[in-house]
Amino acid sequence: MSDQFNQKQYNNTLKNYQPKPNLIVNCLKAFVVGGLICLFGQMLTDIYMNVFDMTEKEAGNPTVTTLILLSALLTGFGVYDKLGQFAGAGSAVPVTGFANSITSAALEHRSEGIVLGVATNMFKLAGSVIVFGVVAAYVVGIIRYVFQSIFM
Amino acid sequence: MRKVGKQTWMYENPVYLNSSGTAVGPKEAEGPLGDTFDISHDELHCDEDNWELAERKLMEEAIHTCLEKGGLSKDQIDLFLAGDLLNQNVTSNYVARSLSIPFLCMFGACSTSMETLAVGSALVDGGFAENVVAAVSSHNATAERQFRYPTEYGGQKPKTATSTVTGAGAALVSRKKSNIRIESASIGKVMDYGTKDPFDMGSAMAPAAYDTIKTHFEDTGRDPDHYDLIVTGDLSGVGSPILKDMLKEDNYDINANHNDCGLMVYNSDQEVFAGGSGCACSAVVTYGHLIQSLESGRYNKIFVVATGALMSPTMVQQKETIPTIAHGVVLMREEGGV
Repeated sequence: MSDQFNQKQYNNTLKNYQPKPNLIVNCLKAFVVGGLICLFGQMLTDIYMNVFDMTEKEAGNPTVTTLILLSALLTGFGVYDKLGQFAGAGSAVPVTGFANSITSAALEHRSEGIVLGVATNMFKLAGSVIVFGVVAAYVVGIIRYVFQSIFM
Repeated sequence: MRKVGKQTWMYENPVYLNSSGTAVGPKEAEGPLGDTFDISHDELHCDEDNWELAERKLMEEAIHTCLEKGGLSKDQIDLFLAGDLLNQNVTSNYVARSLSIPFLCMFGACSTSMETLAVGSALVDGGFAENVVAAVSSHNATAERQFRYPTEYGGQKPKTATSTVTGAGAALVSRKKSNIRIESASIGKVMDYGTKDPFDMGSAMAPAAYDTIKTHFEDTGRDPDHYDLIVTGDLSGVGSPILKDMLKEDNYDINANHNDCGLMVYNSDQEVFAGGSGCACSAVVTYGHLIQSLESGRYNKIFVVATGALMSPTMVQQKETIPTIAHGVVLMREEGGV
């Protein structure tokens, strides 16, 4: 047995056998799909502003809510996971990806009941986003407070 | 001598595979082997309320078809050996609950198909049982939940990932003569070459398949030409070339007669990444297509090596490497069977 399939070398040798992800194409797909989702969000904001006479600030919440609703529906109809496989980060990063992680976990655990199944597991994937979101907000808030009290 | 070399069992009394049963989901039915399966469902739920029930139904169907074809009722079966991929082997245990046949549950991840067949044959050979049913199942959605993410989660998988086969296979083993003889088996050791990626199990399992196949050749003094087909369970498009190259370094060239159940069960355009995997992958291909090919005389002697990644999501998160195993069973055509 030559060195390449030696137990220690194996992880390096493997790389020659694994199909390479096409990084450029993947980035492009993520960029286009992510961009389209944001463009659609902007359209929703414009609609809420022009049709329902909201200010830009007021239109923010209904825009996000609409995107979440649509993402949850697409998850339920089995479309969003296919979109995710195609677009990668493009569909994972926007708020629709967050909604998908919650809806998919809720659907998955429906058979275990509403409380211990759906409610307990809903944030199985999204929980870490919330934890780090809150921690990051807290840290940034403190930095801002310190910065303000020293320099302003 | 029943024990040959280090890890190989030669069944001294002729042991036969009398009948088999397979049940599959929609994707497998659309694949190139679609018409070799006994039962196929056009929907992943198989008319059940949840995925776990669907998997259980598949295993029950496979067993009932197998018994029906073998002309035996379940009270004539002395022993039931089964396994699956779920925690506590729930599919097998819950199916066994309704069968009331003495039961041994087994787990070898995706290698369980050949593990149950090898052990079942040994028990028949040794006279501990007259009729044994060996069965396994896996389901794409239950495996996703068990090992990966929720079914509808939009995470991107790499090209090295495999797609778990939805299905179940069962085989009836006894000393009653049939066209298919179970000649020998090689029991594998747990191998770990230090891979950590749960989305590339082909690479993780190739060394296990290599070790079992190499040891089988050493134990029996055979070479690859002895078999019409050497078929691995679910090494997929990534693990299969690794296995071939590893064996080639030991001067065993299996290029001409190797295939992989994970590559046979789906068409390349079916969006299954590197190929199929799961207990049912090797089981539905072996108990369907391969048995039929032996019966028709297309093959005379084949070596089925089911490969299993013995991983757990918890161990993966604790940064452990993935241990793997492979068990091989030799099936041969014997003229003059019933």
